[in-house]
Amino acid sequence: MANKTATESIDPATTKMLLEARRAGLETVWDRFNKQQPQCGFGQLGICCRNCNMGPCRIDPFGDGPDKGVCGATADIIVARNLLRMIAAGAAAHADHARDAVIVFKEALEGRARSYQIRDEAKLRELAAEYNISSWGEQGGAADLANALLSDFGRQEGYVTLTRRAPEKRRKIWESLGISPRGIDREIVECMHRTHMGVDNDPLHILQHGLRTSIADGWGSSMIATEVQDILFGTPSPRRSEANLGVLKEDEVNIIVHGHEPILSEMIVEAASDPEMIKLAKSVGANGINVAGICCTGNEVLMRHGIPVAGNFLQQELAVITGAVEAMVVDVQCIMPSLGGLAACYHTKFISTSPKAEFPGALRMEFSEERAAEIAREIVRTAVENYPKRDRGRVLIPRERSECMVGFSVEAILKALGGTPQPLIDAIVNGSIKGIAAVVGCNNPKVPHDHGHVNLVRELIRNNVLVVTTGCNAIACAKAGLLRPAAAKEAGDGLRGVCESLGVPPVLHMGSCVDISRILVVAAAIANKLGVDISDLPVAGAAPEWMSEKAVSIGAYVVASGVFTVLGTVPPVLGSPVVTRILTKDLGDAVGATFAVEPDPFKASKLIIEHIESKRRALGLKV
Amino acid sequence: MKEILVRPERCMGCRSCEIACAVEHSQSRDLFRALSEMPQKRLFVEHVPEYSLAVPILCRHCEDAPCVAVCPTGALTQDAISGVVRHNKDICIGCWTCASVCTYGVIGRDRRARVAIKCDRCPDLEVPACVSACPTRALIYGDVEEISSSKRAESALKVARGVAVSSR
Repeated sequence: MANKTATESIDPATTKMLLEARRAGLETVWDRFNKQQPQCGFGQLGICCRNCNMGPCRIDPFGDGPDKGVCGATADIIVARNLLRMIAAGAAAHADHARDAVIVFKEALEGRARSYQIRDEAKLRELAAEYNISSWGEQGGAADLANALLSDFGRQEGYVTLTRRAPEKRRKIWESLGISPRGIDREIVECMHRTHMGVDNDPLHILQHGLRTSIADGWGSSMIATEVQDILFGTPSPRRSEANLGVLKEDEVNIIVHGHEPILSEMIVEAASDPEMIKLAKSVGANGINVAGICCTGNEVLMRHGIPVAGNFLQQELAVITGAVEAMVVDVQCIMPSLGGLAACYHTKFISTSPKAEFPGALRMEFSEERAAEIAREIVRTAVENYPKRDRGRVLIPRERSECMVGFSVEAILKALGGTPQPLIDAIVNGSIKGIAAVVGCNNPKVPHDHGHVNLVRELIRNNVLVVTTGCNAIACAKAGLLRPAAAKEAGDGLRGVCESLGVPPVLHMGSCVDISRILVVAAAIANKLGVDISDLPVAGAAPEWMSEKAVSIGAYVVASGVFTVLGTVPPVLGSPVVTRILTKDLGDAVGATFAVEPDPFKASKLIIEHIESKRRALGLKV
Repeated sequence: MKEILVRPERCMGCRSCEIACAVEHSQSRDLFRALSEMPQKRLFVEHVPEYSLAVPILCRHCEDAPCVAVCPTGALTQDAISGVVRHNKDICIGCWTCASVCTYGVIGRDRRARVAIKCDRCPDLEVPACVSACPTRALIYGDVEEISSSKRAESALKVARGVAVSSR
């Protein structure tokens, strides 16, 4: 068992907690993963179809058995349809998130969600200008903006508004391919329609719509979520914090916020700093209230308030196993349904808050915008009152925690550069920075936890590639100390010099998964400044440990935006030679970027560096 | 001596065993890479429509195996200790006499090499690939005597329960 943990995580805090879980006889994601072995080959190759009730159908990948489903669908058709459904689900998750953020924004303006205010007026006005809202006065303009944002979801004419942010050349490509997204919801609905029995049966035609849907996610939903959250909660700016399970405190009430939406967690952060709540905590024997995050809800409050982050996706169960968590508060996405059973083994209250998400064993404290502050206080109070039930004999908080510098929104990066991307462009041109890589995405027990993330990022910065990061990769980097300005020492000389002169880390934390939209904005700004397309830039993307359907949609919009992307876990497409060829080759001719799959982070870094060098050569820059 | 025994009542027909078998008999032994090799499986999940059942059918490595007895070139041999029927592709002439006498129909045909292929019980693995791949343990690898003995114990328990209930 002791040896096993080494293959399960490279994070010492995780390894310790995993040993504790096994000592205590508690099951974690890794145990369940092992029990699933070997996983179904048909599923791994994407060649099973359950889209109608003549099936389920399976294609024999080795050509001995059936080569068509009951309806006649080949492996190519089945794989393409399955991939489109994954994109639809991922895009839907982001669309729903964004819509909820806009609804809170609207209700805040109308005075119904009184707990929320406008924190970034400048961004509000800029966004309104992009939506061509001219009548500005009292709250008229803002209300019009809220309605205009909402109309992007159900848009019936024209294109999703923020796609206008893409460079002109890129938009021309989308138009010529017929993949400019119309309404956000429309593209997702069309995915489901096209994959219904007997509709779209041409792999290329299916995948084109996948790209269109994903663009609606990246340049629509995700971008709207980022902008509106910045308007409501403030645009992140650089600040320091800490990461890993060691941020939990022995002598304080620990509240973990986990999931993806900052709408409630912002309120919890506020309620936890209320003197009345702190007084209550002291009255039950605690020294205070400690809020910590997991996953992207964690990234949101980390970026905006410096609230420490307790871990990434694979650490959610381990947080409970520390025995020191009074409340695990969750909203939506990436929350393991196992948490209920696990929390029941401790005093931990597992509190679910979203009207959309119910979990076995959860205490339901449903969130509503109108009563946001009040509900947040109830949740904090529940956690505080739970503190005396903590069994001190079972508390085991690993010591590991790393300092990190976070909060690099586009605005913050521009500010650090003196208001224009020019110094960054200069550094790229003169070669001190070879290029930029966006390394993002989930954890996946198929890969030793954080191994893909940390090793890929380390290799890249060593080779003078500036890394921008979001999501669980950002948390992995934070834990590995790569988000400290001092980590510049691990970078190559060129990147090191740039980071040291600016006082920034070689890996810039740009936020949560939806904030990959910030990366698109940076890429578009650099491309526009140089008068080229995003696909001409020495940039690349990577998702070394991805697992979710959201990641499929993200990967698709990153490639559709012209960025070569390396995946670390194999997507379920290899059962179709046609789909595999489109994704890894033909897309290059169509959108100027392709996918590559490389599970080994060291080899993946080579692919990225080679790609960046080829783009430098094409631009006439020295390699 | 261990055998691969089948518990058809547990088979879900997912064909994971078939995929694992093909992959194990590829050069790369990796699902994703094996696709370019097109290795062939050596066991077959057969569907029995009358009973809506899927039944994995694989080489039984029969004692006094008929395929071995009829092989004119000695390409098929049976290991005296393990009982495993092995096939030597270098001296196989592809005459299919073995296939004609095999009761189970599990002698396959490698069209490229023009020789017979059959279950070799995964000589490099402790547990054959098909058995490890089965998610419902419809395939088990064990000693026939032990398995039969535990089955007898189970049956005895059922009978004993019945007797106990009826005598109450």
